[in-house]
Amino acid sequence: MTESTTPTGDNALLREAVPVRTIGRLERFLGPENYRIITGLLKTPASILGFILIALFIFIALAAPYIIPPVRPDADAYMIPRDGYSSEPRPMMATWNRNAPPLPFWWKPITRTDHWVHILGTSQGQYDIFYGIIWGTRTAFKTGLIVVIATFLIGVVIGSVSAYYGGTVDNIIMRFVDVFLTLPFIMAALILAAILTPIIGQSLWPAVIALIAFGWMEYSRIIRGDILSIKERDYIMAARVIGAKDGRILFRHILPNAIFPTLVLASLAIGDVVLSFAALSFLGIGTQVGYADWGQVLSFARNWISSLTTYWYIIVWPGLTLVMFVMGWNLVGDALRDVLDPRLRGKS
Amino acid sequence: MSTYIIRRLLLVPLLLFGVTVLIFVMLQFLSPVERSALYVRDIPKNANAINGIIKHYGLDQPIYVQYWRWLVGQTDPSSGKRTGGILFGDFGYSRTASESVVQLIKDRFPNTLDLTLWAIAPVLLVGIWLGVQAAVHQNGWIDQAARIFSIVGTSFPTFVFGLLVLMLFYVKLPWFPPGRVSDWASILILSKSFHHYTSLLSIDSLLNGRFDVFLDVMRHMILPILTLSYISWAVFVRVTRSSMLETLRMEYVTTARAKGLHERDVINKHARPNAMIPVITLAGFQIIGLLGGVVITETVFNFPGIGAAAASAAEQLDVVTVLGFALFDGLILIVSNLVVDVLYAFIDPRVRLS
Repeated sequence: MTESTTPTGDNALLREAVPVRTIGRLERFLGPENYRIITGLLKTPASILGFILIALFIFIALAAPYIIPPVRPDADAYMIPRDGYSSEPRPMMATWNRNAPPLPFWWKPITRTDHWVHILGTSQGQYDIFYGIIWGTRTAFKTGLIVVIATFLIGVVIGSVSAYYGGTVDNIIMRFVDVFLTLPFIMAALILAAILTPIIGQSLWPAVIALIAFGWMEYSRIIRGDILSIKERDYIMAARVIGAKDGRILFRHILPNAIFPTLVLASLAIGDVVLSFAALSFLGIGTQVGYADWGQVLSFARNWISSLTTYWYIIVWPGLTLVMFVMGWNLVGDALRDVLDPRLRGKS
Repeated sequence: MSTYIIRRLLLVPLLLFGVTVLIFVMLQFLSPVERSALYVRDIPKNANAINGIIKHYGLDQPIYVQYWRWLVGQTDPSSGKRTGGILFGDFGYSRTASESVVQLIKDRFPNTLDLTLWAIAPVLLVGIWLGVQAAVHQNGWIDQAARIFSIVGTSFPTFVFGLLVLMLFYVKLPWFPPGRVSDWASILILSKSFHHYTSLLSIDSLLNGRFDVFLDVMRHMILPILTLSYISWAVFVRVTRSSMLETLRMEYVTTARAKGLHERDVINKHARPNAMIPVITLAGFQIIGLLGGVVITETVFNFPGIGAAAASAAEQLDVVTVLGFALFDGLILIVSNLVVDVLYAFIDPRVRLS
């Protein structure tokens, strides 16, 4: 045995004995648990279909000015152009007489005419349905993102304070959450929006604020549960022993480890938020008449119920759009629930 | 057990206090003039008279004084007559419905109750059975159908669904009209010979022996019932399924099978009762969901319940009325949550022992 046994750093022997999995850069960055969530979301065909639907809507929202440009560059692009004032809806492919937006670039190559029409017809008051759907996608993302970000922040702050301090503070905050959960969500949002409308004026904001005010509770409950389990771990005790302040322990040590599931859950709640917003608009609370928002476009149909077989396009197209949008988020959300379910952990 | 129930009962006044404060805080967004609808019927146009009312009812007083007055009302010292006071069941006057809010609730709530009972009862009976079947035959056709149905169902906004079924089954096929009853039936219902035992039309018509009225009532209710409950169907089937699947994996189920019990007994006697625990929690949540759901469903179908009344009041920015409905909903939910929690403790010993 004269052979030199200088360590080379190459654990070839070890690698043969124990199966070693190479860890990619993304997994290193996210951590094993969060990485499992992300890959789990990309596994089933249903969630991939969901991502495709979401991507399609993001594309529509970004490309709205190219799909159908606003009538005048200086006008508010979110107001649906009206082709006259008669109340009766006009069918699909009806000629666009007045107040038409400029022809989009794709129209001529596809149809080979300069003849501009209402692709999906007009609704009550001659509002163009196609315009409402395309620009309504922007409204949907705008309201969805604002509400989700705000409810997420409020929920995380309240939930983490509650969990971190525990005891009486926790008890009081959780009873506070209970009170907010006692009113049916849509009812509570309806009231607050009705109160705020005369104060703020008809715009997106009354409904958005109402959805925020009654939408944060779920996140505070979830983050509370996650923090409660993390705060018992040894490294938190270690941080406390070396004299770290409450704020530092909470924000540097606990939150980054606890926040990810809530974050993913919140980002997938956009579908639900858009649904609630559309419901409020449909009930006539929220934006001014003619604003490009799906609930508003659908609410025009309320006066035409007895002749819906003739005017089916005033509910079918905006309805289908809303369903596709919400379904995209639900498909991904469904996969997420499977991934996050602790009972199914370690089985994938 | 009794400590658990007492602890749970102590929570009720706290929740009541919280809900009234929450609603009162929302009221504070209104101007004192608008808030005077809590006490007076017609708000005068004259500025002096308005100021008089604001002074009289203390609408310019500190907020805790106003809160107390809102709770117990204002008693006129000379006549001893009380106005306002939600504790005494005076929720103010509805400007849009031209009657007191409490009267409005009394008129409308039986209709809503009629609708929600018919919406939830079949789900509890058939939905749970379907969920159990989906679990027992995992990945069978019931299971797959339930999965697809639940994703599509939860993605369908109630109002889109409602409008679509109206289009198909009222306009295209004139089977199920919107509204409450047909004209001939409403004349009969208002006549003296028709007794209102329960105020629930579907049940009253049967008690009166008028099967034709019952059929007419159901003809008007079937689409709202469907619209209100399709999401509940989806949710109940899924939750029952996953809970049942989990229970079937337990060792005591294997034991039951190993000792040679019939599969039917294993499922019905051993597995199913334990799998029902999360389903009961869900049933509690469904009550909240239904009370919210009636707002849209009743609006779409022009059904005269509290949901449609709340929506139309909100649309006309009649806040005092909507807040009255919210208070009423809050009361119902506090009571029903209490019932669910107590039921839960009876069924699951882990709850009452923790």
